Amino acid sequence: MPQQTMPDTDYQLVIIGGGPAGLTAGLYAARARLKTLLVEKGALGGQVLTTDWVDNYPGFVEGISGFDLVEKMAAHAERFDLATRTAQISALDLRGKSKILYLEGGERLTAQAVIICTGGSPGKLGVPGEQAYAGKGVSYCATCDGPFYRNQEIAVVGGGNTAIQEALHLTKFASKVTVIHRRRELRATKVVQEKAMASDRIEFLLDTRVAEITGGAGGVEGLRLAHNDGTSSTLAVSGVFILIGVVPNNQLLPLNDLKTDEYGFIVTDTEMKTSLPGVFAAGDIRSKSFRQIVNAAGEGATAELSAEQYLAQLD
Amino acid sequence: MAGDKVMHISDGEFDSKILKSELPSLVDFWAPWCGPCKAIAPVIDELAAEFEGKIQIFKMNVDDNPATPGKYGIRAIPTLILFKGGEVVDQITGAVGKSQLSALLNKAV
Repeated sequence: MPQQTMPDTDYQLVIIGGGPAGLTAGLYAARARLKTLLVEKGALGGQVLTTDWVDNYPGFVEGISGFDLVEKMAAHAERFDLATRTAQISALDLRGKSKILYLEGGERLTAQAVIICTGGSPGKLGVPGEQAYAGKGVSYCATCDGPFYRNQEIAVVGGGNTAIQEALHLTKFASKVTVIHRRRELRATKVVQEKAMASDRIEFLLDTRVAEITGGAGGVEGLRLAHNDGTSSTLAVSGVFILIGVVPNNQLLPLNDLKTDEYGFIVTDTEMKTSLPGVFAAGDIRSKSFRQIVNAAGEGATAELSAEQYLAQLD
Repeated sequence: MAGDKVMHISDGEFDSKILKSELPSLVDFWAPWCGPCKAIAPVIDELAAEFEGKIQIFKMNVDDNPATPGKYGIRAIPTLILFKGGEVVDQITGAVGKSQLSALLNKAV
């Protein structure tokens, strides 16, 4: 159907999620002049919003703050008139030729193709005390909450790039940051590891798991730790930052119809096609080994080009 | 503009404008260095317009106003606390969606 005759609630392409993958797909779709809507439940930007500093996005030689980077991505898509909307999706029916999206409040949208870019959320430890002290010493965002820990001793859990990079960021505030990682080796890129090793405010507790987060009325007071050699110990901290990777934001997705991996991430081919015709996925929601902003952006572009190809053969 | 509905508040005004207010109040504790805080700002603006006359919505910069965040044990932002009759009704931490924030506000309407 030519787009000028389509009703207001019918789109050629709907993109779900406004992080780097969704915004890049949106940029490409807007430039392709597809009748497109990007639906985002909260704020454009996704997890990058909570990233203090991005030093590995090509072209930004001096690095850029996560917030500024996604703001630029959003502005770039807006320059080509991408339509975006803040709305929560309540249900999706992606099986038919016409994909149906139900919004909270009862509104119904249709799309000929859908790109799922719902991303991920910070993984949880699942230990006692984690939920009880969330926002009271348990944090998943170093850039948001770091300044509350000036001259205090805190812990970071995790050994990947995010954990080590944010541990370094936290040394601007905390007097001591203990990095707790369950393996003997960190996973973070060597450049990042080297910086952390050189910091006199960072200490490492490797081969160690957090067994419990303890505290009182004022919030977190310490951690109970289990070491891989079978011993245990305690560590007094006033805050703990949990940065152990992502879990898929798949709660609203029709998981009976979409092929996912054992962790619930969506399986696609190299052209970002999912198991359903006309449904594509890009970014952290995809089943993959590496979750980088530059990957998400690249996948967003690929997904949109695949969607264009799919739409062309519909007519 | 919707943004005009959100007022900024300081430690010194907290008692008179929030705790002694007739209307329930939502306070968005934020800081300029917090990406998620900036990100939810447009949603807060929209809600301020939608709940005008029912709930007053304020923003408090935690860098400039350390006393109130300290009093309420805030160690993460954005934190949004809903007050009614001088008491805390409920609170949310983190950048959540509009529907969750609406649900929070409806607890005091």
